[in-house]
Amino acid sequence: MSTTVSTDGPITPSAMSDLWYMIRRYPLGVAGAIIMSLFVLAAIFADYLAPLDPFSTNARASLARPNDVYLMGADMMGRDVFSRLIHGARISLAVALGATLIGSGVGAAVGLACGYIGGWFDLIVQRVTEVMQALPLLVMALVITASLGPSLRNTIIAIAIPLIPTVARVIRSNVLSLREMPYVEAAKATGMSEFRIAVIHVMPNTLAPLIVLATAQLGSTILTEASLSFLGLGVPEPYPSWGRMLSESAAEYVRTAPWLVIFPGLVISLVVFGSNLLGDALRDALDPRQRG
Amino acid sequence: MLTYIIRRLLLMVVTLFGVSVVIFLLLRIVPGNIADILFDSAGLIDPAEKAKIVADLGLDLPLPQQYAQWIGGLFRGDLGFSYVSEKPVLDEIAPRIPITARLAALALFFSIVAGVPLGVISAVRQNSGLDYGLRVLSLSGLSMPSFWLGLLILMFCVHFFGTIPIYDRAPETFWAWFAMLAIPAAAVGFRSSALIMRLTRSSMLEVLGQDFVRTARSKGLSEANVTYNHALRNAVLPVITTIGIETAFLFGGLIVTETVFNIPGVARFLVEAIRWRDYPMVQNLVLFIAIIVVTVNLIVDLIYMVVDPRIRYSE
Amino acid sequence: MAPVLEVSGLSTVFHTRRGLVRAVQDVSFSVNAGETLAIVGESGCGKTITALSLMRLIPMPPGEITSGSVKLDGQDLLKVDEATMRTLRGSKIAMIFQEPMTALNPLLTVGKQIAEMVMLHDKASSQVARKRAVEMLHHVRIPEPERRAREYPHQMSGGMRQRAMIAMALACRPKVLVADEPTTALDVTIQAQILDLIGDLQSEFGTAVVLITHDLGVVAETAQRVVVMYAGRKVEEAPVGEIFARPMHPYLRGLLNSIPHVNSARGVEVDEPVRLQEISGIVPALNDLPPGCAFSPRCSMSEERCTRERPPFELKADDHYAACWRA
Repeated sequence: MSTTVSTDGPITPSAMSDLWYMIRRYPLGVAGAIIMSLFVLAAIFADYLAPLDPFSTNARASLARPNDVYLMGADMMGRDVFSRLIHGARISLAVALGATLIGSGVGAAVGLACGYIGGWFDLIVQRVTEVMQALPLLVMALVITASLGPSLRNTIIAIAIPLIPTVARVIRSNVLSLREMPYVEAAKATGMSEFRIAVIHVMPNTLAPLIVLATAQLGSTILTEASLSFLGLGVPEPYPSWGRMLSESAAEYVRTAPWLVIFPGLVISLVVFGSNLLGDALRDALDPRQRG
Repeated sequence: MLTYIIRRLLLMVVTLFGVSVVIFLLLRIVPGNIADILFDSAGLIDPAEKAKIVADLGLDLPLPQQYAQWIGGLFRGDLGFSYVSEKPVLDEIAPRIPITARLAALALFFSIVAGVPLGVISAVRQNSGLDYGLRVLSLSGLSMPSFWLGLLILMFCVHFFGTIPIYDRAPETFWAWFAMLAIPAAAVGFRSSALIMRLTRSSMLEVLGQDFVRTARSKGLSEANVTYNHALRNAVLPVITTIGIETAFLFGGLIVTETVFNIPGVARFLVEAIRWRDYPMVQNLVLFIAIIVVTVNLIVDLIYMVVDPRIRYSE
Repeated sequence: MAPVLEVSGLSTVFHTRRGLVRAVQDVSFSVNAGETLAIVGESGCGKTITALSLMRLIPMPPGEITSGSVKLDGQDLLKVDEATMRTLRGSKIAMIFQEPMTALNPLLTVGKQIAEMVMLHDKASSQVARKRAVEMLHHVRIPEPERRAREYPHQMSGGMRQRAMIAMALACRPKVLVADEPTTALDVTIQAQILDLIGDLQSEFGTAVVLITHDLGVVAETAQRVVVMYAGRKVEEAPVGEIFARPMHPYLRGLLNSIPHVNSARGVEVDEPVRLQEISGIVPALNDLPPGCAFSPRCSMSEERCTRERPPFELKADDHYAACWRA
């Protein structure tokens, strides 16, 4: 990858060729990036993009089939599915970004601390990690939301907490192996302080796996939020969460109003698919060791 | 090897103790208990009656005492009573376990049977059209919420058979039994098989590039022998580890799938218990899940030791 | 005596993202039964690709053997189909690799890995094959061969593993043994033992050995004939005595000058202390070779013609060939 892409001014031939190179080298990753950009744009400009008000009910449109007005049909309360899906992007994005940032940030800090402080601190964190990994992600998130009560903030927290040990574990082992690297030993031999080594040598080298890991988690956070909301324990009404849209319509609408089932699931799958594509490409580009 | 197992068992106990404390506290840090919920929903506001319920359920005791009661009961085989049904927890949970266990076993079986061979094919035919197709398929498997996949399957059944497979405690024929379990199991297992496939593929690619594979070829062994006997054996090792981790993931899938297909298993029961804040039920169920996960991981590690001579002999 | 192995005009290329890499170009040599031919050169000069081409173990794609013939007892290995080639690999032409640590399957016992081949090629029963495996381990002087046959590679030392590799390669009495840097990864003391072992077994079985190495010391000890390669081509070929007595190609001279002399290395007083010489520069990229002599950019004797015209590989003295305008 080259650094000649200019952020302002006209697109230079080299920027174009860089773009072309990326597309040729990681076609699936670029596809993932496009899907994710559309998703983010939908979330940001939901107010302008949604043709109808996602909250306003209309008894006459109850369970309307997809038509010219209701592109993807309407739900039981006559709300426009298409508009709700666009607004739902906000919830998913908020949960995905919030949970991933908190989970990765805290996880990275804990992992770094474990790798550096070691000793009893590391030992305790290791045990706590094992405790948390003995519980399936969804069970953990379920219990936490049940305990904190259903709200957007609590959903984010409930999804972020189980992420922490996963991230911490990867960062910890990364730090431990980095500390054994010849160039770190060399830096130590020249009398560089531990803190400077941590900032100059260790941090940048843990950043790549962290980005890769965080991207890989994006999809799973969206899925977990959808599952929680589907079970009625995630983001509450009237927020148009994709998962909740499916729970409202679950089994009974399978017969009567399949559009209420198909479209939300399709959108969740597409966004998670995009984030997985992007995550894979980032992993290949940034951290070949994690290839899996 | 024996010292290793003993050490692992001790660590398991420590972990499970941690789980019990975490779950116990999580359920109690936030105000609001079953008495509140009962009262909110019933619209009763008589404080004396509420206090009586709280006392009956032991919710007014100090936390350490409540915890000691729970764990003490556990060792005596007494899991307490459900707040909701007022039946012994054990009687509520026990009949549901085989249902979930069968579903989980079948799902795991599907995911291995589909995931490993497809992963191998994908690796052997690296960068072919087939490989691309399988990779997109496995990535979709990881991207689809399993409850949605379940709903799609239901929709498919409605469309083609005009009916939905309904859970039946005493199915009449083997095939009815099989379809009843296999369809939800496939919905749960699809995600796991996608994961196993991806892992098998990358592990296989790595092994196929190693020197001993070239040695095997230089001996004149057939390509099939090299792939299945020499390479796959090595490639499967990391996959075994993931199957252990996968059990935990599988449980998440079971929770939503049992809900979608209306199967009265443990996983769906957990969600119901959580909704009702049925503490004895939730804490025992979660501890039970943790025991399963930890045990499966131990078994997987032991299998790994048996399969990999490098670990077997290094102890 | 007709040579067992006759290689002529062998060329192997790799189709890579950065263009066509000509790894081996027009390489010819022959080896008689019981003889050792050494192929010498720096890493990246095409020696290993030559060895793998003989076995037809080049990954295709991206590799491709574009021309030439590899005749084993008169049969051209490059012309037979893959199934026939498989019956020849291991039974008629076998190979040992550089890394004894990674060249054996970690999950199979050493005995099994040897027996597997005997069962395949000699259609032996598993008992017979097992016995042969133990016998072969005994042959390569592994103590307690019965017990060792039941061990896994990780339970053995590097030298022991390389012995097991040799036992495996020779288990079916191949006519030709291709040894790709068999001692490079081993300690110096073990190196000598392994070379002696190969030499002894070779004279016992009458095997022809193609020895790939960058170590001229190994060459002097074991080879009868030497081929020097540079950038995928032969640059010199002669009997081993000639190579050391009258090196012609400046590349070979450079290689010889870069070896410490025993006397100076031991710190023995020498009249005139000789500085160890190195060849400046690096091997050129094989996808971007200069038009003339590939060595000319690094050659101290290079003249205008060398950069323009590639020197032919020709007879320069009695049984001594070289490709150099100045030789």
